[in-house]
Parts: sequence; structure tokens; C-alpha cells
Amino acid sequence: MSSAIAAEYPAATAEERCEYTLRLADTSLVAGQRLAEWLGHGPALEEDLALGNIALDLIGQARLLLALAGRVEGRGRDEDALAFWRDAAQFRNVSLAEQPNGDFGRTIVRQCLLDAWQLETYESLAGSTDVELAGIAAKAAKECRYHWRYSAGWLVRLGDGTEESHRRVSEAMQDLWRFTDELLAPDALDARMAECGIAPPAAAIRERWEQRVAGALQAAKLPWPAHQHYPWHGKRGVHTEALGHLLATLQQLPRAYPGVSW
Amino acid sequence: MYTQALDSADTAAPQGDADEGGRRERFQGRIDRDEKIEPKDWMPQEYRQTLIRQIAQHAHSEIVGMLPEGNWITRAPSLRRKVVLIAKVQDEGGHGMYLYSAAETLGVSRGALIEQLLAGRAKYSSIFNYPTLTWADIGAIGWLVDGAAIMNQIPLCRCSYGPYARAMVRICKEESFHQRQGYELMLTLARGSAAQRAMAQDALNRWWWPSLMMFGPSDAHSVHTAQSLRWKIKRFSNDELRQKFIDVTVPQAQYLGLTVPDPELRWDEPAQHYRAGPIAWSEFHAVLKGDGPCNRERLAARRAAHEAGRWVREAAAAYADKHGADAVAAPSG
Repeated sequence: MSSAIAAEYPAATAEERCEYTLRLADTSLVAGQRLAEWLGHGPALEEDLALGNIALDLIGQARLLLALAGRVEGRGRDEDALAFWRDAAQFRNVSLAEQPNGDFGRTIVRQCLLDAWQLETYESLAGSTDVELAGIAAKAAKECRYHWRYSAGWLVRLGDGTEESHRRVSEAMQDLWRFTDELLAPDALDARMAECGIAPPAAAIRERWEQRVAGALQAAKLPWPAHQHYPWHGKRGVHTEALGHLLATLQQLPRAYPGVSW
Repeated sequence: MYTQALDSADTAAPQGDADEGGRRERFQGRIDRDEKIEPKDWMPQEYRQTLIRQIAQHAHSEIVGMLPEGNWITRAPSLRRKVVLIAKVQDEGGHGMYLYSAAETLGVSRGALIEQLLAGRAKYSSIFNYPTLTWADIGAIGWLVDGAAIMNQIPLCRCSYGPYARAMVRICKEESFHQRQGYELMLTLARGSAAQRAMAQDALNRWWWPSLMMFGPSDAHSVHTAQSLRWKIKRFSNDELRQKFIDVTVPQAQYLGLTVPDPELRWDEPAQHYRAGPIAWSEFHAVLKGDGPCNRERLAARRAAHEAGRWVREAAAAYADKHGADAVAAPSG
């Protein structure tokens, strides 16, 4: 998708670009907020530091992407206006990102499934015809490579650790798997972004995601979970109950004292 | 300070042997010449024990100190403030790690030290037993608590024990960065709306006295200061450091337009010092004994994390047993 052939693609509208960028931004923001809840409460100091690092990367990605979405939208909203002043129905993150931490194993399962998707998505987006998005994606892909190594590494250790750890991650995987279809099944906007050369075709992401996750599951001695049908639509603003609580905490302070700077 | 409880506890009597006197004399000679003592060097048992307790208290303070500030990570009012706070709390965890490692060079494991903390047998700084009730408390902690910590820790960079001194060099750099961030946060609030100024003043009201108590009991009541000064584990007395902190901090509060909550505070022109009113030592001793506002919550949070993480640590150990300690668990990619 080099710029030389960009002209062959139809141009996406500002609204479409903004909406798609928000999907990426909100997914990183919400996942980062979740991981930040771990700080000071992890199973070991090293894990506190690692989860903090990943949270920092994710919120850093969110800041760049929200700022970009705000510029594309052209209504003068900056990263904080978008993070703190939209309601749950205006958030475009995938539903998996907002799922509560649960125990360390559940957090690892959520991150593993999400990291694989973010990694494949950002690696492809680094070649996007949207050059601003491509720049952010190239940086994010490097970070996501580390996130994946961390979460997949722990998935394997927990899956192939003790009976208890195997049972815990196995249950978490069975439970969270139902949110993976939303990552991989394209909706009209995903298809349009692919058509415009902005985003990769969903089928390519699915194939690479499945290959990556299958490797981790196998090493972790976990079975590939059964397909679970329920169409989650977090990326269109229809969320699980968990997001409202997350946002109530995240947004409380600026909303209690509107119009001031912090 | 982070190790203030050292000054109010007692140590075991020294043990001696035939050569002990000579070794002690040579040891003190090295200290007097400002040589660094390294892990494999001979050192008196009390020097080793004092350092273990001091470094462990400092490490525990960093770890427990993650909790009051961590309390506001999910509620930080801007994304910039959120990443700054996450990075700060993470730095504290990192400080805990270097310090536990420094203590390990003296022959005690991190695991054993953490067990002591969780069992309630080890101390940590009294300051972290105070609650963070508003966002301004995050600024006040950076400004006052990290400011007080720096006063104590800069001289520790010249501590006679090498690994501790070297750990302190890095820690001090990060602490002074945190202190500036905290002051900048306070300045933003102080220049903000009336509600934000009130929030900043309230935070100063609640953190001022506990910050002064961080330096430990007054010199008249500090039982270990003299020996620690001789060993160059400590370089200044509690009262000297406390005075230095007051002299630096009062003008900073004035610049913010905030009032230090001490009606007796006055400028002593001949001595060129600010003179503070009397400290409520009964409160200090109550907090140190476990009866502060958040002692129970802080320890409960540490214990809960430790217990909840037990199966994870067991799984990591079991995996390492099966695949070798150096096995890289991550699949390709």
C-alpha cells in the first residue's frame, strides 16, 4: 500500500477515518486503564512493573490515536476531550478490551487474545495509505511485539505450570473466547477501510491471528476453544456492562470540575 | 524518613571474638577514610544488621508507597497525568527492587524480607499510612513526601556501604524528578479554580505534619543516630534534615499561595531558619505502632496481592522445573 499506488484506492470520508481511528484508540485506552488497575497488586514486583509498562504503552498509543481522530474529525476535540467527555455508547473499543481483570490468569488470557490482534493489525497498518495512522502503527507494532511476548509467555507458563494454573487459564480462555469473533469478523466499516487501502483485509488478519494464537495455545497445552456465537458490537458502541463502570472511574474527576485544567 | 523506625527500636548486643577488636578498628579506619564497604568485606555484625534493617525498611516503604498513589491512577484527570502517575508508581516498584537487591548483598533474601513485612514484623515509613483522599494528594505526596525523602537520601548516596550508596544515586535522580512533577501538579491546582485551590490547601493541611514526622524522632530521643553517624550510614541527624526541609519548603508553599498549617511557624532572622511549632509525637508513635489511619488497609492490600499471586508464582516455579529455569516460555513472534 505504498503512496505511489494510493491514488488507485477510493478516498475514505473524514467521518469514516475518524470512526476507524477511534476503534484503535479506544481499544488501547480501555485495555491500558484495565492493566493500570494492577499496579501495586500484582503477583510479584516484576509483574507490577511489566503490567505498568504495557499500560503505559497502551495509553501512549491511545493518546496519539485520539489526537489523530480529533484532528480528522475537525471539531476541535483533543485527546482529553475524547477520553473524558464521551459516554460509553460513543466508545468504539472492542468488547474484549473492557472485560474486568479477574485473576492474573484471566488478565493474561485477555491480553494474549488482544495483543495478537493488535500486533497483527498494527503491523499491517504500518503500510496504510493513511500516513499519519501508518506512523503511529509502526511505533505501536514494536510495543505490541513485546506485549505479545509477555502475555503469551505467561499463558504458556500458566497453562503448563500446575494443575491449578492450568485450570484457571483454561476457564478464562473458555470464557473470553466469545469476544474474539468481534476482533476478526469485519463489519461494513472494516470492509470500507480495506477497500480504501487504510486497513488490511480482515481475512488476512484472521489468518495470522489464528496461527499466532494456535501456537500459544498448543505450547500452553490448552485446546482451541469451541466457536461461540454472539455478535458483540463494542466497535459500534454497543458494549458490555463492564465499560460503564470503567468510564465512571476514568472520567469522574474532569466531569466533577468541568472547564478547568489539570 | 523511610527508615525512621530504626531510631526507635533496639538492636541486639554486639558479639565479639579474639580478633574482633582489631578488625573493628581497621573497619572504622576504612570508614573514616571514606572507603566504601563492599559485600565481601568484613563488617561488624551490628553494622550488617543495621544496614539490613535500614535498606529493608526503605524497600518496604517503596512497595507500600505504591498503594496510596496507585489509588488515583484509574482516576487521574488527564491522560498526561495518568501516564506520569503510572510511571511514578512503577519507579517506586523499581526502587523497591534495587533496594531488595542491595539488602540481598548482606545475606538476606527478598522473600524473607517480604515475609517479615507481611507478618507485620518489619517497619516501613509512617507516611504511607495516611490516605490519599483527593487528586491534590498526589501533588502533595510528590512535593512534600518525595521532597522529604530526597533530603534524607541525597546524603545516603555517600553512605559507607557501596551497594546501598550506588542504588541511592539512581533513586535520588528519579525522586527529584517526581518531586518536580508533584510541585508542578500543585502549582496547576494553586493557579486553577477556587475549588482546585481549596483542594491544594486541604492536601497541604493533611500532609504537612506527617511529612515532618518522616524524619523520625527528635535527636534527643533517637537512639541510633550517633552510631549510624560514626559508621557513615547516616550523615546528618533527624533534626538537621527536618530543619533543612522546612527551610526549603516554606518558601515553596508561599510561592504556591498556600498556608502552612502551623500557627507558630516563624522566621528566625538571626539564625536564618524557619522555626516550626511542636510536632505531635503521640500521633507519630501511634502510626508507627500500627494505629495510623491506613496501617491495616496497607498491610491487608500487600497480603491480598501476595496471597492472590501465590498460584502464579507456584506455576512459574513448576514450569521452570519442567523446562529448566532459563526456558523461554514465549512461542514464536
